[in-house]
Amino acid sequence: MNNKNKTSKIPKKVWLLISFATAMLAWYLLSLNPVTARSFQNQVVVFNSMFTMIERGVFWKDIASSLISVLAGFALGFVLSLPTAILMAWYAPVRNILEPWIQFIRNIPPLAYVPLIVMTAGVGRKPQIIVITIATFLIMTVTIYQGVINVDETLIKAARVLGATDKDIFLKVIAPATLPFIITAIRLGSSTALTTLIAAESTGAVAGLGMRIRSLNNSFESAPMLLYIIIIGIIGMLVEKFVKYLERRFTGWQEKREV
Amino acid sequence: MAGEERSVKVKIENVRKVYDTRNGEMVALNGVDLDIMENEFICVVGPSGCGKSTLLNIIAGLLEPSSGRVLCDGEEVHGTGTERGVVFQQYALFPWMTVKKNVMFGLNLKGIKGKEAEEIAMKYIKMVQLEDFVDHYPKELSGGMKQRVAIARAYAVNPSILLMDEPFGALDAQTRTQLQQELLETWEKEKKTCFFITHDVDEAIILAQKVIIMSARPGRIKEIVDINIPYPRTQETKMSPEFLELKNHIWSQVYQEYLEVRK
Ligand SMILES: Nc1ncnc2c1ncn2[C@@H]1O[C@H](COP(=O)(O)OP(=O)(O)OP(=O)(O)O)[C@@H](O)[C@H]1O
Ligand SMILES: [Mg+2]
Repeated sequence: MNNKNKTSKIPKKVWLLISFATAMLAWYLLSLNPVTARSFQNQVVVFNSMFTMIERGVFWKDIASSLISVLAGFALGFVLSLPTAILMAWYAPVRNILEPWIQFIRNIPPLAYVPLIVMTAGVGRKPQIIVITIATFLIMTVTIYQGVINVDETLIKAARVLGATDKDIFLKVIAPATLPFIITAIRLGSSTALTTLIAAESTGAVAGLGMRIRSLNNSFESAPMLLYIIIIGIIGMLVEKFVKYLERRFTGWQEKREV
Repeated sequence: MAGEERSVKVKIENVRKVYDTRNGEMVALNGVDLDIMENEFICVVGPSGCGKSTLLNIIAGLLEPSSGRVLCDGEEVHGTGTERGVVFQQYALFPWMTVKKNVMFGLNLKGIKGKEAEEIAMKYIKMVQLEDFVDHYPKELSGGMKQRVAIARAYAVNPSILLMDEPFGALDAQTRTQLQQELLETWEKEKKTCFFITHDVDEAIILAQKVIIMSARPGRIKEIVDINIPYPRTQETKMSPEFLELKNHIWSQVYQEYLEVRK
């Protein structure tokens, strides 16, 4: 009927394609201008740099190394944050002692305390995992804690009058009611793990996406650098998709909240 | 019903409740005595903040009185018990459970599982006319439907008294009238003891055999009004002279208390 309807008739998939083409064109234009071309070489060169990196025998090692650090750090952060958040919500002393410090450390960029960790933990995989664990632990603890304290009091009362014991209330009310927050924590935690990666790999790592970007910088190889940056972006996108899937699968019962 | 011997279901003896607040002590209830008889339908009215919910929570066992005691079937109440069912104003349905799962929740806790639990749940879901919505989640239901589920869930564990805290308070006038009518029909069939809090004087009179008027802070019972209008009651009952007379009386008493609070 009118213009607005016409544009909304274009399916989402097509919009995605248009968006992709626009970005590709912008990238290509950047590669034509000699000044910006220093950072943005064209698609073919960047894509081919993948083979160079594979030939050097570092490409797969870098991806694997980063994924291992991110996954291990995230998993540790998650496993630690879950009980900490619950203890903070249930026991005032734990909350009163921990909360100010969690807030305090959370605002410090991880890059700042990396050298301190290296002094104690040495170089290699260990400090990388520690840095990512700290960063993800902090953000996930805060998020899950919010979830536990926000469980609707009347739901707990309703369960109690129907005969629920403390254990029933924990397993059948608090746990499912907190699930949406746990999934949000996973989302925030995984994206924090990725953004912390560069800082974590500044710890004298021998491989890794972040470490490689730094070392490529020394040899002015912008094509593989751009390639690695894109790979980090793609990993982030895949993680996001996975969390979205978890959300749909497990928290479809939620009322949609207006933002 | 006149002359019929009825036993005391719940006995409230000199109950006092003091809350500790930042601004010091706050006496919510002071010396409340009340007998709730078996099969009786009692409504409680009173100005906001006079302690109605506090009293209900004490009977439910969700709160301990500061002094005094509550007896249910002769036994002193400490903590909740499935013989005392509660319906809350905010529905309090578990949003991650379907209608059927919500109604089965209390049954499962009682150890009733599988087919048997399902059959009992279905009986009460039919009672509230939601058989077409058994597998829906609460977010897919209207307010009135949610409260019907909450009522079915309370009934399912077969309590001997139902405590209802402004259950229809959040509903529009039409839905409210409809649910009042349904509740009346159920009560006439099952004669389950009901302790029902409301702000709505009309609602209190149409439902109750006795209306308890509570006074403002500290909360106590000001007057107990017998409602001798015969059942079944319908919406036309609201036009009858005796109804209007009672309404006039109760309303002016509540209004007096409301003015007390404003002072
Ligand atoms: N947990 C609490 N801590 C402190 N004060 C409370 C608490 N709960 C209730 N009160 C106070 O006790 C008084 C009685 O509260 P209650 O909720 O029982 O009133 P109510 O009659 O149910 O009111 P309404 O009609 O608005 O629901 C109020 O003044 C309230 O502020
Ligand atoms: Mg109340």
